[in-house]
Amino acid sequence: MTSYADPSAQASTRPVFFQGLRDGAPFLLVVSPFAMLFGVVATEAGLTVYEALVYSIAVIAGASQFASLQLLRDGAPVVVALVSALAVNLRMAMYSASLTPYLGDAPLWKRAVAAYFLVDQSYACSIVAFEKHREWSTAQRMAYFFGVILPICPMWYAMTVVGALVGSAIPPELALDFALPITFIAMVSPMLLTKAQMMAAGVAILLALVFAGLPYNLGLLIAALAGMMTGAALEKRLEDRS
Amino acid sequence: MSPETAPLAAIETADLWIVMLGLGIGSFLLRFAFLGLVGNRQMPEWLLRHLRYTPVAVLPALVAPLVVWPSATGGDLDPARLTAALVTLVLGVWLRRTMLAILGGLAVLYLMLWMLG
Repeated sequence: MTSYADPSAQASTRPVFFQGLRDGAPFLLVVSPFAMLFGVVATEAGLTVYEALVYSIAVIAGASQFASLQLLRDGAPVVVALVSALAVNLRMAMYSASLTPYLGDAPLWKRAVAAYFLVDQSYACSIVAFEKHREWSTAQRMAYFFGVILPICPMWYAMTVVGALVGSAIPPELALDFALPITFIAMVSPMLLTKAQMMAAGVAILLALVFAGLPYNLGLLIAALAGMMTGAALEKRLEDRS
Repeated sequence: MSPETAPLAAIETADLWIVMLGLGIGSFLLRFAFLGLVGNRQMPEWLLRHLRYTPVAVLPALVAPLVVWPSATGGDLDPARLTAALVTLVLGVWLRRTMLAILGGLAVLYLMLWMLG
């Protein structure tokens, strides 16, 4: 590993950037089949290759792309398709809030670019790394974030085109659908150190399952908010007691 | 809703572009909301306290339904996927190494899929 303790290298962003690159790379396995599938579904819905690509570039958020496209196909009004898909992306505002204490010092244009690239994968990698490396400067954190993004997002665009052109997705026998759950579980589980963190996760999981049937991904939002409130309340109680 | 009997009408080009660009702009604004507008202004302590629990709440909530009702099996509980998820969780909590947990989880997944074939 690189030596963060070396004071002369303290502000060095290069090694951190490459660490981000390494941490982001495994997500190619997750992102590629998903993007390809979107390309396939888009052309099946009558979109041109160009339109499928613009979709992926404008939105870069798989679940909401699938949701809005499906609604349009079903003949839903434009407003319904738009609002439903935006609701699916409401969690991005949570990600944004969660990263703000770490990245808020960066120049506005960098924050704007980072905001555009804020997806599940870049959020998950970054928050894990930022909590672990509290000594990082804002510049280093930004470098890490863009390191994670570099393999993932261009691949999202490229594989959308491949899917749209080839018209077939990666065979389901490879079970790559499950690479995402496994990766996220593997990233979050080492973060579960305190009782408050475990309870937050437990409540979130339970409510996510209970409210899974709600439309517009609302179950996710309810579960996440309840989990956060549980964690914060427990932390406060333990703090007040000591 | 059966695709065989009701051929789907083509999506209007204008509708498509409105949704595509509207969703793009809207999603950016959601992502930019705090990073851009709050920036380095100090957020209140109660909010920061909640935000500390964002990752351990949102990501499990995102994943839980995918584990219990995987889309690949048409939403049916799948022993292979469920076991793989639980093994990943145990490995992650126990070893605290993300990469090892991923590899262990995938190994169990493929092994179980192959055994249950």
